Formats: sequence, structure tokens, C-alpha cells
Amino acid sequence: MTHPPYLHPDYASTVLRAPSRPPLEMKEDPEAAELTGPVFGRDEVDPLDADLTAGHAGEPLGERIIVTGRILDASGRPVPDTLVEIWQANSAGRYAHQRDQHPAPLDPNFTGAGRCLTDDEGRYRFVTIKPGAYPWRNHPNAWRPAHIHFSIFGTAFTQRLVTQMYFPGDPLFAFDPIFRSIPDPAARERLVSTFDLEITEPEWALGYRWDVVLGRTPMEDA
Amino acid sequence: MTTPSQTVGPFFGFALPYAADWELVPEGHPGAVTITGRVFDGAGEPVPDALLELWTGEPGDRGALGRGGTGISGGTGVSGFGRCGTAPDGSYRFRLAPPSRPYAALLVFARGLLKPVRTRVYLADTPDPLLDSLDPARRATLLAHAEGQDVYRFDVRLQGEQETVFLEF
Repeated sequence: MTHPPYLHPDYASTVLRAPSRPPLEMKEDPEAAELTGPVFGRDEVDPLDADLTAGHAGEPLGERIIVTGRILDASGRPVPDTLVEIWQANSAGRYAHQRDQHPAPLDPNFTGAGRCLTDDEGRYRFVTIKPGAYPWRNHPNAWRPAHIHFSIFGTAFTQRLVTQMYFPGDPLFAFDPIFRSIPDPAARERLVSTFDLEITEPEWALGYRWDVVLGRTPMEDA
Repeated sequence: MTTPSQTVGPFFGFALPYAADWELVPEGHPGAVTITGRVFDGAGEPVPDALLELWTGEPGDRGALGRGGTGISGGTGVSGFGRCGTAPDGSYRFRLAPPSRPYAALLVFARGLLKPVRTRVYLADTPDPLLDSLDPARRATLLAHAEGQDVYRFDVRLQGEQETVFLEF
């Protein structure tokens, strides 16, 4: 099984929010609204939105990184012109969000939200700062491994995916109930990006590669 | 080799909402309807940190984000997609043109949901393959209730006795 179950008691917030009944499996319906999806205009996304280190008075603190990869459908075909949104903590592990009370510094030069549309080959590319790990109150001494949140649309509402990209070799994987909610260890690894010297730019930024494969839609083989 | 889902977490609020994200059509659009309601957890408590996405199945005549220039075809500003974060009382709202289908598709993301729940908001109790497959109590969870002029109420109950019918495609 690729996706985590709804109920994963080690992640305490699932206990009162996981549906108790299994979802109803829909019968095939070529007219279903969910087989189509929203369209995004090129002029709705500023190219600068993909550079999370820009747009502030100065340079953010932390390790500058490039994160790039392709959005693919279940058959391995690239998904062009689809919206990819990301958000993350700063290099100290603090979100620019009112409700984040972690006593790590905010960075006035980093907000941590970006977006782009994929190109003709399904590629996205962000310039950002490597996020820090941060504590949370799920259990005693709980820490989230460093991650970047990703939101991806695809071509059908059934393909809609929100997930998290992790960094290779994180010692916190073994202790993180959100990462470990995915039952199959091999599927967990699909959320871990790869360091890539080809993407790395000399004297500038480390490069990470991460490809995303969206779920199969019922009509895909039609 | 599908990429697994992970929770949207509690901190999307500075990233995913955008201006007028819940307004699929501008105020005063002829025939516009509002869908509003609240999201509840298994203890009956409101969920103040959920993100809802509505899709009518019709792209309309502008880009879904409603940003940038005059839209895809410089049309009247109708979108088929909207997004709304819940308020502290768990409430949300969407203003939309009445969909051509009897329903709009709805996704709910939240901290504690490792993958979104997916349902449909039916604006009319009409013969329908999905509705007709459900017993009356379960069917009722998918029906929005007309409430005043052009306003429909639709609550989402994530868990428990009156749990909303959630769908898998």
C-alpha cells in the first residue's frame, strides 16, 4: 500500500480525525467531475515565486539549495503546466506562521512559501534554504525530520496530492510517526530526495532531485 | 510507484490561501450560490485548521488562482476551483456559479489527516448513482440544505455516528 492509512495512533492527531468507515469505492463514471481538474494560467504565477530566497530586503540565513524534479503520471508521462506549491520552515526550524511557538528565530529575509507551474517536460525547480528540524508535541522529545511540504494538482481532481519531501540520511526518520505512517518502507523512501552534484551549482547552492508520481486515475487507460 | 501522501500539517496558512480563494465567482454574479458549513472531528469539536478545496468540474473562463492578467480568455471571472481554510469555529464558505452537475467535488485536508478526505456536496436531492447506492441516513450526509436565498449549508463530519460519506476513486 502506497498511502498511509487514515488512522495511525502514533500520530496522535489522527485519532479524532480519521474517518471510522472505509471510503466508498466509486463506480466507474466517465462523467464524474473528479476526472477533470482546475486549469492554471501562465500569468497567474510569477517566475520569482519559485525563488524563496528572493523578495525580501536581504539574503536568508541557511544553506542555499536547489530542489528540482519532474511531476509524472502513473504511466511515467510528464505532467506539464500543473501547479506545484511548496512551504517550509526556515533554516532554524521555525515557520513564518502565527501558531508556530517553537522558540527558534524567525528570519526576516525568509517566508518559506513558493509556487511554480511545471514546464513542457513536467519539470519544476525551486531555489530555497534547507529547512531545519523542529520539535512538536506529539510525544515526549518529538522532532520532525527536515522537510518541504508539496502540493500538486495533476490533470484530474483524483490525482490531487499533498505530501512532504525529505532529505537523505536524516537520523529522525526512525522516530517520526508521520514518515512512518506509510506502511511500506520502500514507499517511504519515495519521499526522500537525492543529493545531486549535477544540479548543484558551484559557489552557489547544493542540488536535490525529487520526482513525484501521481496516482492512477480511473480513466487513464481509456 | 505512486508518491505517498503526507498530512498538510498545521502551518499551511501562510502559503496555500490566496486572495479571494473562496470566491469562484465575483460578488453579484447572476445566479451565484454560497455553500457554507463547518468541519467537525470525532468528538464533535470544530476543526479550525482544515483546508477545503471545491471543484465543480467546469474550468470556467479564468485561471483557478484568479491572479495575473485578465484570465485565460478575458472572460467574466468564473472559476470552477476554490479553496478555503476553516475559521476558528471550523467554518468555511464558497461562492460559485451553480454547477451543471447536481454536485460539486470537495476535498478536505488537515493536520491529522495523512491523506485528504474526498466527498461531494449535492445541491439537490435527485436520482443519482452515488446517492441511490446509500441508505437514507448515509445519503443525508451528502445533501446540502437550502438555507435562505442561494445559500446551502453543508457540514463535514470526519468521524463518528453521522460521519460524512467519503469517496475513493
